[in-house]
Amino acid sequence: MAEGIKDKVAIIGMGCTKFGEHWDKGSEDLIVEAFTEAIEDAGIEKKDIHAAWYGSCYDEFNVGKSALALSRTLKLPFIPVTRIENLCASGSEALRGAVYGVASGACDIALALGAEKLKDTGYGGLPEMSTSLGTKNRVIFPGISAPGAFAMMANRYFSKYGMPVEEGRRVLAKISVNSHKNGAKNPKAHLKRIITEEDVLNAPIIASPLGLFDCCGVSDGAAAAIVCRADMAKDFRADPVSIKALQIGVSSGEELGYTEWDGTYVESAVRTAVRAYKEAGIKNPREEISMMELHDCFSITELVTYEDLQISPRGKARNDIEDGFFAIEGKIPSQPDGGLKCFGHPIAASGLRMMYEMYKQLQGKAGERQIRDPKIGLTHNLGGFPQLNVISLVIVGL
Amino acid sequence: MKGIVSYGGYLPLNRINRDIVFKGMGWLHQATYMKGEKCVANFDEDSVTMAVASAMNCLEGYDRDHVDGLYFSTTTSPFKERRCANIIGTALDLKSQIRTADFTGSTSAGTSALIAAIDSIGAGSANNILLCASDVRIGKPGSSQELSFSDGAASLLLGNKQVIASWEGYYCVSYDFPDHWRTENDKADRAWEDRFGREQGYRKFIPEAISGLLSKYNLQQKDIAKVIFPGIYPRDHALICKKLGFEPGQVQDHLMTVMGNTGTAYPLMILISALEDSSPGDKLIVAGFGNGSDALLFHVTEEVEKVKGQKRGVKRYLESKRKLNSYEKYLAFRNFISTEGGIRAEAIPYTALSLTWRDRREILGLCGTRCKKCGTPQYPVQRVCVNPYCGAIDEMEPYRFSDKKGKVFSFTGDMLAFTPNPPGIYAVTDFDGGGRYWFDVTDCDLESMEIGMPVEISFRRKYVDERGGIVGYFWKAIPIRL
Repeated sequence: MAEGIKDKVAIIGMGCTKFGEHWDKGSEDLIVEAFTEAIEDAGIEKKDIHAAWYGSCYDEFNVGKSALALSRTLKLPFIPVTRIENLCASGSEALRGAVYGVASGACDIALALGAEKLKDTGYGGLPEMSTSLGTKNRVIFPGISAPGAFAMMANRYFSKYGMPVEEGRRVLAKISVNSHKNGAKNPKAHLKRIITEEDVLNAPIIASPLGLFDCCGVSDGAAAAIVCRADMAKDFRADPVSIKALQIGVSSGEELGYTEWDGTYVESAVRTAVRAYKEAGIKNPREEISMMELHDCFSITELVTYEDLQISPRGKARNDIEDGFFAIEGKIPSQPDGGLKCFGHPIAASGLRMMYEMYKQLQGKAGERQIRDPKIGLTHNLGGFPQLNVISLVIVGL
Repeated sequence: MKGIVSYGGYLPLNRINRDIVFKGMGWLHQATYMKGEKCVANFDEDSVTMAVASAMNCLEGYDRDHVDGLYFSTTTSPFKERRCANIIGTALDLKSQIRTADFTGSTSAGTSALIAAIDSIGAGSANNILLCASDVRIGKPGSSQELSFSDGAASLLLGNKQVIASWEGYYCVSYDFPDHWRTENDKADRAWEDRFGREQGYRKFIPEAISGLLSKYNLQQKDIAKVIFPGIYPRDHALICKKLGFEPGQVQDHLMTVMGNTGTAYPLMILISALEDSSPGDKLIVAGFGNGSDALLFHVTEEVEKVKGQKRGVKRYLESKRKLNSYEKYLAFRNFISTEGGIRAEAIPYTALSLTWRDRREILGLCGTRCKKCGTPQYPVQRVCVNPYCGAIDEMEPYRFSDKKGKVFSFTGDMLAFTPNPPGIYAVTDFDGGGRYWFDVTDCDLESMEIGMPVEISFRRKYVDERGGIVGYFWKAIPIRL
């Protein structure tokens, strides 16, 4: 294996808008807000940036195609800017572009920024899904929504591990309750309400067995990171955050086309985790990782991800959930900022939003949500469906 | 010998009790009351999809490459211009080098197409022809047609080998009879006074055709095992039979009370139900009705014993049903009331017709590929084998999934995604024999879904793009009906 990205690049500044239904703000407002916070945090000026990577998922409901949206909005001075789209991993992909750019020596300081404006569609949930897999897919794709695709995974999981639906839903409810507890303490989160298991169980069904509170918020927002060469990071701040691993893994299609995959895990997450841990030099993730921001688009996604990332044994995530292992005071606090569930999910901003929380936690600046002395943070995105997806994993530390 | 080689029927799952319709609109014309129930095509069915369903039943066990022609009869074509027989032929994965025609314009189109098909075979220009007759009949709310009209399909494979009912002859009467009609812009039939249609048409043309047939072939009433014709006016049906001199035991049940008037398919559907009970040697007269009447004579052969109980005809479909208890839902399905689908419902992307043409066998015919190296069936069409232990490139052969059964791998009922009939049910389906794909599930209640449930594949309307006048046909999974 190649030597990897570990400790070659560091994050020296980050910014993140409040996520939510920004009826009074467009993508441009969100971009400027996240960017301004990031360069102020890094103590640099716009002219110091050599290159930029811009993540946005939707064209038609967001800012259109190309990197022009970022360049024009920020008046970047004719530098290389690349637009990246890789579904819900778009934000982490933008970070990967910037990190790889710096690591290659092509530039010293780079910007990664993700922004999404979802609330201009006129309806709840994400925009129509069928076209996201191409023109042909549109005519052969069933009427699948995001919650429905993951609901099918929940039904498989319950079936495999012999959980009656009501019992399974109660396990999932605990996941959402945890996120709401954390989100309530986060001024930038979209949803800031403490909920109970009964609230989750009694909410309307969106796609059986998933109810409203099993689903994350659909939000507008933007987040940004400034990265530079690790050896110059301390020139900007005393507490830069170092990239330990940065991996992407994409489905081959065999999950949906071949009959081996059993629908209770995410194949690409399993494989990407192995690569990421190797890159970061992590041997025992359950012991070495201090905290995580997982892609909890739906409660079931968070549950299987605990297992896919080797934190919980296969089929046993339930025990850890019930033991409070992932609570803010637990062994590996998960979703300390509220997760997608409560912080919200503007697609291409989410990966960088997760990193924002890891960055602040590592620096001891997470306020009420501060985790005690974290060493290693992990972020995870899952773009697409359990059957067809893009996974990103980023591991960071001081 | 030429005649009927195989048959397949199809009745949609939904039935509405006519009392429910009458309760909704009977206040308008109280004399329209009619008892019993009628079939209701689901929101995703039309005359083309039901024709495919009946044809799949008809062709079960036959090599589809041997079909020389396809005739489609309907009065409710989804298109004014576009040959529906060719949509059906593509869905059935028939060869392209066949003759096709749509017969339309009258409820007699089913029997007319049958005569034409027999003539083609008799002339030696085809060895066999598949005839599909199908209608989704629409009566205006509050009309007597609304109560009597029904939806269904029948397919007959006509040929010159292994004939189960041989063709003995026909007698036609054709009149420009104005009992009902539709202009280019009419959604539902217009009709002259009901008494006029009944007394001057139904009561006259059917006896004229049947007695014409009897005398043409020097037959006595007692020579006939069953006389079969639509019971559009049930009381008059009995009267006609009596007047023609047939005993009640010789009269085939017209199914008007339990099925309804399925238009072009109607005489063929009751012919199928007669064939299901027939014995070698039986002579059958079947007559249609519409701008005159075609009376046809068949002689059942020994071959009928071989198919008895093997086919999905009509009788078992009569019992396979689900009650539709909402008249409003019926009206919404037929677009008589416009419903709020939300803005998501309007977000219909365009259809690339050059693409659907290029990939027609894959989309309309549900043909994927099977790897010649490892034998893995796969959908959609792949060039690189999806089997992770194989991965062969360009080693594929076509593989038809539409006639395969499968099992539900996982499923959900979705309240977010748009469907005219929520919840939207869909399932990842594992095919018996290999292959996995996800499909919408229809003709199904969420409560009955479970992992491992056996399903079959049914040709349906996947979406309708009103702006472009596009009907997107594709396949859905359904619980195994029969």
